[in-house]
Amino acid sequence: MRSVTNLRSAGEGFVPPGAKDFVLPPIFDSIPWLTKPILLVALSVILVSVFFILSSRKAAMVPSKLQFAGEGVYGFIRNGMAKDVIGPEFMRFVPFLFTLFTFVLVNNWFAIVPMLQFPTFSRVGFAYALALITYVVYHSVGVKKQGLFGYIKGIAFMPGVPKPIYLLLTPIEIATFFIVRPFTLGLRLFANMFAGHLLLLVFFLGGEHLLQGVIGLKIVSPFAFIAGIGLTFFEFMVQCLQAYIFTLLSALYIAGSLADEH
Amino acid sequence: MQRFIEIAAGGELNPLVPHTSELIAGTIAFTLLFLVLRSKVVPMFEKAYAARTEAIESGIERAEKAQAEAASALVQYTDQLSKAQEESQAIREEARIQGAAIIEELRAKAQEDAARILANAHASIEAEREQAITSLRNEVGALAVDLASKIVGEALDDQARQSRIVDRFLDDLEKSK
Repeated sequence: MRSVTNLRSAGEGFVPPGAKDFVLPPIFDSIPWLTKPILLVALSVILVSVFFILSSRKAAMVPSKLQFAGEGVYGFIRNGMAKDVIGPEFMRFVPFLFTLFTFVLVNNWFAIVPMLQFPTFSRVGFAYALALITYVVYHSVGVKKQGLFGYIKGIAFMPGVPKPIYLLLTPIEIATFFIVRPFTLGLRLFANMFAGHLLLLVFFLGGEHLLQGVIGLKIVSPFAFIAGIGLTFFEFMVQCLQAYIFTLLSALYIAGSLADEH
Repeated sequence: MQRFIEIAAGGELNPLVPHTSELIAGTIAFTLLFLVLRSKVVPMFEKAYAARTEAIESGIERAEKAQAEAASALVQYTDQLSKAQEESQAIREEARIQGAAIIEELRAKAQEDAARILANAHASIEAEREQAITSLRNEVGALAVDLASKIVGEALDDQARQSRIVDRFLDDLEKSK
């Protein structure tokens, strides 16, 4: 469908991809909320559930290849992240962090899976939703652990700091914990996915457009595709990295709330 | 909603403004996945972990036990071996001593036998010689007396005197020899 519009736009000059490319129309006109990103999210839930249920079903002592793969991911989050970052109480948060990582990772991968090719988190709503969940989790953990007053006091008045510094530190700390963190957490994921998808669009749509130009432009076109393919690999790295960072930061925030002193 | 935002943003799309439907869908999707993974996946993986840990630990324990058993068996065998060696050494020593004693005994016995036989031989020779001397002496005496009585013509009836004469005769004989 996009190529159709591009063919049409060929005569009018190249229209660079932009924010409009991330607004996908509803699949059925009668159900306005059912868009591709929402279907992708549903698909990711199904894929992750099926994969891990299948790989963990036997829970054998000597794992099959499938179980080994599933356990590898699980162990990476459980031991490599939760245990190291959160400490002795980590087991409570393993399901949460595990879900977070696999959910973000699979949705990010959708950006480069043929036919799907859309990163769910380039729609900021999903990124905010996850950031909000993490926000609720780490604040409620802190309140539960230290009491409402103790928790807020711990954030606003960091112990072991000279009193005048509080003038400067208290607003910063409060802003960090209550405003900056959820936004940066959500926006980081969103912006990376958004920019990555845009980058790939530029190279592939640009290459396609060049192919329809004069002979000289046609020769340049393959380079755009090659660069696009190279960037696809780069994007794969970014996708894994962002899933990791999102989960790691969530773990760090939870660890901060569990600690008595910040 | 989207249209509203478009209008609010002055016709420009603002990718930073979330869709309500996506916020809700994202939350629901995450919650669903969380519930599935927490109830179905995490316990199973934990079970596998625990089972593996236990298997490894019990395996280590078993190995340690086997090792201890092997070590004690080794000590026992070494003990038995050294004991057996000692025993064999002792038996050999004893045999040697016994052998030496037997040889010694046999030799002593042989010597004793030899000495006894020798002594017997000596004694019998001596006895025979005594006997021979005595009988010779008697016979020679008788002969001499007969002879002398014949020569002298005088009967030497007196036994004591007779024998004294014979003795003197014999003594003279021996001296002149």
